[in-house]
Amino acid sequence: MASLRDIRRRIKSVKNTAQITKAMQMVAASKMRKAQEAALNGRPYAELMNRVLVSLRDRVGPTLHPLLEKREVKNELVILLSTDKGLCGGLNTNLFREAAGYDIESTQFISVGRKGTQFLARSKRKMIADFSLKDHPSFLETKAISKFAIEKFLSHDVDKVTVLYPRFVNTLTQAPTKLSLLPITSLEEAGLVATDEPPIAAPEGGLLFEPSAESILDAIVPYYVHYGLYQMVLATRASEHSSRMVAMKSATDNAQQLGKDLTLDYNKARQAAITTELLEISTAQLALG
Amino acid sequence: MATIRLEIVTPEAKIYSDDVDSVVIPGSEGEMGILPQHAGLMTQLLPGELRIFKGGEESRLAVGEGFVEVTGEKVSVLTDMAVAESDIDEAAAEEAIRRAEAAMKEEHLDVEGHASVQASLLKSLAQLKVKRRRTH
Repeated sequence: MASLRDIRRRIKSVKNTAQITKAMQMVAASKMRKAQEAALNGRPYAELMNRVLVSLRDRVGPTLHPLLEKREVKNELVILLSTDKGLCGGLNTNLFREAAGYDIESTQFISVGRKGTQFLARSKRKMIADFSLKDHPSFLETKAISKFAIEKFLSHDVDKVTVLYPRFVNTLTQAPTKLSLLPITSLEEAGLVATDEPPIAAPEGGLLFEPSAESILDAIVPYYVHYGLYQMVLATRASEHSSRMVAMKSATDNAQQLGKDLTLDYNKARQAAITTELLEISTAQLALG
Repeated sequence: MATIRLEIVTPEAKIYSDDVDSVVIPGSEGEMGILPQHAGLMTQLLPGELRIFKGGEESRLAVGEGFVEVTGEKVSVLTDMAVAESDIDEAAAEEAIRRAEAAMKEEHLDVEGHASVQASLLKSLAQLKVKRRRTH
């Protein structure tokens, strides 16, 4: 049996760990609330915009705007949204498992988040850009990323742009998800939204554009791409903080349980020591008697 | 009387969703009234005043940039700002205008930064326009 002093030392260190994970859990919980709110509030907007755009695409045909064009996919660009810090459960690991499934030769990556950058470097994949975002990403920051992706798509360097990100389902569940950003796809087709509403029906007599179809599409399509990515970045943040909160909560629970077990061991050892001492004393007295 | 469904959504929340008699939007080609059974239409929204008519009552919102899609039975307004008249804080809007104007004068702004300051300036001006109209 371990000595009393060893056990005491371990109890102390386990308690310290529990304190730290508890603090991290609290921090993550408060960040999580804000991040979840931001991610969930933007959803109706993103979904409505997607529906409008998809119905627009189906009506005007994909030839009207270069960003709607479907090409045979030779080269793919994947935007990998990961986190900057670890200690968030299996979030990044699950994401990287998906990322590892892409073909090394024909896939280029844009990494957002330090963990993703490390993974891509380690697995020797083609990383053409690496962006870092603040804890509260602004629309302007993410716009730089989507702009870069749009340029790559328009210059025919890549034929498809996919975003791989941890979609926020709820506090306990975050699903690694691939969503094609360019060419634009419907969220329902991708199986991400279950909607009761029927797709927007094509009205008779076609669709009017004011001032013109080109100018509307020129404005709405890039904006949709920028906003879509922004929304996914927000979802990534919400997932990160939720996942970290859950991971830290179970770490705290485990540390506390371990602390209890060790305390029990410690008390048993202490009692055993006292019993032995008493035995020795009484034996000594008997011998002297 | 026929009605048309109006939905106004911003990145922060769903602002409005109701059946209305008609709606007047600030489009890129000037103000545009939309009645039930309107032909399918897609247009750009500019910062300005959006008026909703429902049961003989008129309500006003200050809206930002965005898009409007009209089908026969539904008007979808996607915008980056939508504030009801009663929620507009005149002092805050004026303050925002002052700040934006000061920022515009600075020279180190790049193109993107300039565009975003200009957009927020237009939004504040739209808020003031809606608020002051009634008091005059």
